[in-house]
Amino acid sequence: MMDLTDRTWLWIAAACYLIGFIAGTIAVLQERRQSRAVMYVIISAGFTLQTFGLYLRGLAVKGCPLGNMFELFQFTAWSAIALYLVVGAAFRLSLLGYFTSLLAAAATALSLAVPAWDATRRVGVFGGNAWIEFHAAIALFSYGVFALLALTSVMFLLRNYSLKHKRLSGFFSFLPSIRDLETISLRLLTVGTGLLAGSLAVGAVYWLRNTDTVNTTKLLATVSVWAAYAVAWSLRRGGRLYGQRLAWTCIVLFIAALLSIAPVNSSRHADEATPAAVPPRSTP
Amino acid sequence: MKLFVVGANHHTTPLEWREKLAIAPADLPGLRERFAGLPGMRELLVLNTCNRVELYGVAETETAIDSLAVAYCESQGITTADFAGIRHEALDAEAVRHLVTVASGLDSQMLGENEIFGQVKEAYAAAQAAGTAGPVLNRVFQKAFQSAKYVRTHTAINEGQVSTANVAVELALTIFGDLRNARVLAVGAGEIGEKTIRAFQSRGAHHLTVSSRTLNRAMELASQLGANALPFEHLAAQLSEYDIIAAATSAPGAVITVDMVRQAMRARPAAPLFLIDLALPRDIDPTAAGLDNVYLYNLDDLAMIAEENRLARVAEVEKAEAIIAERTATVWHGLTARGLG
Repeated sequence: MMDLTDRTWLWIAAACYLIGFIAGTIAVLQERRQSRAVMYVIISAGFTLQTFGLYLRGLAVKGCPLGNMFELFQFTAWSAIALYLVVGAAFRLSLLGYFTSLLAAAATALSLAVPAWDATRRVGVFGGNAWIEFHAAIALFSYGVFALLALTSVMFLLRNYSLKHKRLSGFFSFLPSIRDLETISLRLLTVGTGLLAGSLAVGAVYWLRNTDTVNTTKLLATVSVWAAYAVAWSLRRGGRLYGQRLAWTCIVLFIAALLSIAPVNSSRHADEATPAAVPPRSTP
Repeated sequence: MKLFVVGANHHTTPLEWREKLAIAPADLPGLRERFAGLPGMRELLVLNTCNRVELYGVAETETAIDSLAVAYCESQGITTADFAGIRHEALDAEAVRHLVTVASGLDSQMLGENEIFGQVKEAYAAAQAAGTAGPVLNRVFQKAFQSAKYVRTHTAINEGQVSTANVAVELALTIFGDLRNARVLAVGAGEIGEKTIRAFQSRGAHHLTVSSRTLNRAMELASQLGANALPFEHLAAQLSEYDIIAAATSAPGAVITVDMVRQAMRARPAAPLFLIDLALPRDIDPTAAGLDNVYLYNLDDLAMIAEENRLARVAEVEKAEAIIAERTATVWHGLTARGLG
């Protein structure tokens, strides 16, 4: 039987997300409403495969696979998809599956296409500390929430544009209502900020005990991302940041959060004593 | 044995004639029974709407169909010569095709409208209850309903609204998603304001308010609609209370200024406001469209969307007609295989 590596499963998962995106694009071009159930099944299949791929990687690195850029991107995309599977079923927002499949296909395919991101696999990166592993997993999961928030923000801007410019047919006719997008965006902002706050709280316990081992770049980057989202959340709650400006803010903040992953990752590697490195297996 | 439809509809009949041809609801049961009892008439159904009076039935001979037409003319007080000029008649497979076309909304004055489907169903139910629909009409109408549903779900013939009031409601749905909690204000208690507010009411809005320069008129309309009345002088102060504002007054200038809207939005910055200007000259300052979270549509905007939707429906006609032709052939083949009786 063919030996399927974790990357093989993750490639197949990326292909599923890409199929979802292509199917959605065809439906949009034909100006017909795409079956939400079909999209849900395609994304669920991708999610199952990706979960299995990440599980295999987790076994290989003996922990949550968050040891390099490839794993961080994969885990963030996985988190966004996991959330979509809950949010998509509960809120039934049309086109959210389409946009999520685009994001997941792009993030997973990009991470697989850059060999340097997965050149070194680090075993036991959390040194057996379950709390730190939990802290990192929750932090990355909140990035997945922010990814979905960026998508609903893009959808909000498109819906707002269509209403302001009276362009309501074709692709625009499938977008959810302004109020639905506002509601879901606020909830995602609340959940994401809350999760990141929880992650920082868990991490803080470790940091306070081991202040000398905490990298300043990592600390500043993570706290800045959380603080920026927290400010956006409080301004939204106070009715001072809303509509288009809130949507743009969420998109810009997500891009900043993504950009912060690289320095956080490299600073962490610089800090680590010498975690065991596993040479990558031959990849498909 | 002949399956037939005979009558007149909006294609050939001007409004003043359709008024004469329409059967008064109170007279319908008696006339249906009388027509069904004519010699040679096996089955009969009367479809009586504002745009058509059509008698569907099964007759032993074509002479019986002519006798029915004469009886109908007598009942409406028109001459057979006058009726001959506007008479529409179809037999057998063509009658089936016409029925499916009508039930699908393809033959309606407002292409693709859904109301006709319900009207055909009501006419069929009434004929069944009166015992004038027999095995042939039962089969033809059941199959016609299935075919019409198929046409509506497999084409875009009924997609997009084509009346101004319904376009406004559709737009409100793209902003609010659900109208149950939306607060709707009609400024102006005239016919357009009334139609618009009724359209919102029919789609689930129930927080309705009417404001007019004449408070009595506003209160009168409000009581008809089960709505509230707002004194016109309180309009500026209470504008922020509403999510949807439809203005249709005969005022010579703007009754809702950009400053009023700006002021209202300060009280509800994060909540979208949908402004519908149905007046000429315009009631709402057009610069209000530039404010965040404010969506302003005027008569031209609504008419343009309605026309786009209408054209989109027209583009679906060919596809719908192909489905109808195929379905008609199947239904007619099934009928002739069983025999018309």
